[in-house]
Amino acid sequence: MTLELRNVTRQVGGQIHIRDLSLTLEHGTLNVLLGPTLSGKTTLMRLMAGLDQPSSGQVFWDGVDVTGVPVRKRSVAMVYQQFINYPTLSVYENIASPMRVAGQAKDEIDRRVREVAELLKLTPLLQRTPLELSGGQQQRTALARALAKRAGLLLLDEPLANLDYKLREELRQELPRIFSATGGILVYATTEPLEALLLGGSTATLSEGRVTQFGRTIEVYRRPNSLATARIFSDPPINTLAVEKAGGVLSSATGLLRFAATGDLGRLPDGAYVVGFRPDHLYLAKPGPDAVAVSATVAIAEITGSESFIHVDFAGERWVALVHGVHDLAIGQTVPLYLEPGRFLLFNAAGALAAAPGARAAA
Amino acid sequence: MARIHLDGVAHSYLAAPQGPQDFAVKRLDHVWEDGGAYALLGPSGCGKTTLLNIISGLITPSQGHLLFDGADVTALPTAARNIAQVFQFPVIYDTMTVGENLAFPLRNRHVAGAEVAKRVAEVAQMLDLAPILKKKARGLTADVKQKISLGRGLVRPDVAAILFDEPLTVIDPHLKWMLRSKLKELHRQLKLTMIYVTHDQTEALTFADKVVVMYEGEVVQIGTPEELFERPAHTFVGYFIGSPGMNVAPVQVEGNRARLANLEAGGQQISLGRAYPGIAAGARTELGIRPEYVRIGRNGAGLSARVVKVDDVGRYRIVRVDIAGHIFNAITAEEARIDGDRVNVLLDPANIHIYADSRRVEGEPSRAGAA
Repeated sequence: MTLELRNVTRQVGGQIHIRDLSLTLEHGTLNVLLGPTLSGKTTLMRLMAGLDQPSSGQVFWDGVDVTGVPVRKRSVAMVYQQFINYPTLSVYENIASPMRVAGQAKDEIDRRVREVAELLKLTPLLQRTPLELSGGQQQRTALARALAKRAGLLLLDEPLANLDYKLREELRQELPRIFSATGGILVYATTEPLEALLLGGSTATLSEGRVTQFGRTIEVYRRPNSLATARIFSDPPINTLAVEKAGGVLSSATGLLRFAATGDLGRLPDGAYVVGFRPDHLYLAKPGPDAVAVSATVAIAEITGSESFIHVDFAGERWVALVHGVHDLAIGQTVPLYLEPGRFLLFNAAGALAAAPGARAAA
Repeated sequence: MARIHLDGVAHSYLAAPQGPQDFAVKRLDHVWEDGGAYALLGPSGCGKTTLLNIISGLITPSQGHLLFDGADVTALPTAARNIAQVFQFPVIYDTMTVGENLAFPLRNRHVAGAEVAKRVAEVAQMLDLAPILKKKARGLTADVKQKISLGRGLVRPDVAAILFDEPLTVIDPHLKWMLRSKLKELHRQLKLTMIYVTHDQTEALTFADKVVVMYEGEVVQIGTPEELFERPAHTFVGYFIGSPGMNVAPVQVEGNRARLANLEAGGQQISLGRAYPGIAAGARTELGIRPEYVRIGRNGAGLSARVVKVDDVGRYRIVRVDIAGHIFNAITAEEARIDGDRVNVLLDPANIHIYADSRRVEGEPSRAGAA
């Protein structure tokens, strides 16, 4: 099974929600749609499902054009952030309902309901109604119904967003395992980079109705092809600074940051670039002989117990350093910080990746 | 600003509670110091919203008293308590401008016009709302609307406390960072008593000086983020804080050594560095250690384990190992490689905690235990 979107555009009332988007998803794969609110994740899922039709472009299922085929004639299950269950039916009947509608054998229905209920820890709750369940249990019921259906395409639209942090952690860990048994295509939309990384699989980053990159999740994270992708795939936000390359040196406009263009950076043509580096690559202690020191002003220090987020102002930019240990630095204090050019991502004036020495080292 | 004292407060939604299990908030004695930044952290159903509603006056507790700067306010309605509240979803007037929305809590209390203008300008400045003061609130994005809600909470200089009930739930991750650090900056500047309710550990830990962790109606630990991380007083705190949470496994403690529950006598033992004579006979004993302190080795000392799964989350790897049927998580460095199936696991004795019936037991220097 393959789902292919070919040059799909979705326009509503003069506004373009999805812009000339092409994407191919293979069967048995887990695919994350990662992007901020309004980037087009839900619209894209509705197009994949057949709930909405593209304004132009085509959708193929195993090579067959299904662009005009309505959702009820496709093998699709979808779970939304706001879980939906039948309030008067028991958990058992909620899970069984799509299979009953499809007219499947009673024994088969019973077997599948019990199987997914076991996976989602709903077995003791099968005779209750949704109103007697917690939010997490209700969402698991909605997930169970979608899984039991064994659709070829399972679409989960921020399915854990309304759940408690810890429950989310558990379900996120279970989902890939539960799903891998079904063999279909799983598409999972989220705004959270860490969620994408924990799910693994492949990730498509979305910005303003376009897929900015699609590839193995960890590779997209390590080697974002553009500043747009790097921004979408970084939490805390990626640190950036505009620099100019002249000969063997890169420097910021005010000269506060200067470093030698060694290795990959040395091969870049002279001109304007944006340096990007993640918060865990901004250090309070010198990490290595090639580190460059700068002096920044502390805006706020946040402590998580084992780590500290130090927000600093440097050359007109707000940066975040994620460092090990508790560092309760005073607001307004000047601190020395260290950067490693070997871990930089360099983007050109058009925002495309020009060099990623760090991605190479880690690969 | 006020010092808030919860004096023997407990609450049950039942008319005639039969026992502790009937209480949404179990008996609590606690002082929120004037000017402190507190977080109330726990899963849904733990009683944190009930407790917040008791402080704000939406609920009168079944037992105990609530004191603001020593004065009993238990019977006072919300309006008379001088409290500002910010909710999960923005509460603003769409037809008003941003400035009018910010001014509303002051106008409502008949504050003089010049003072209103001054406060609105100050708050708008702090929250970067100054450029849009004249804009209608309708059509603004959710995060800007929530900033206006925060502004309305901050605009009155005379409030006893500001209560935040999951204020960043509707905000995208990137903006969450900005708003959260903004809120903390404001707390440092204004020295307001702030109580922040959330189920999100990152929000709680980064915002608060002191975090109050609730579980099943009970406060199980009050501490700084570092204390909650390094010395979880209850297995629930260990589990709930940290991602992944603390590893907890049933053990038998013998002197200064522990044995995982289903490892046979004479098998692999875990050195604790301390003895625990304080464990009551018959208590359920468990060992807890955070994934950050679990080391994976290739050979030599340690517990023999099988690698179940390795998750690369970019900044670090989460390695799940099976030690005699018990699953442990280890966090290892970004560059670390885990090859093969069998590994040796080292548990750093300095960071092992022992729990009896879910509560942390203080160890004693090991010589006493060895004797």
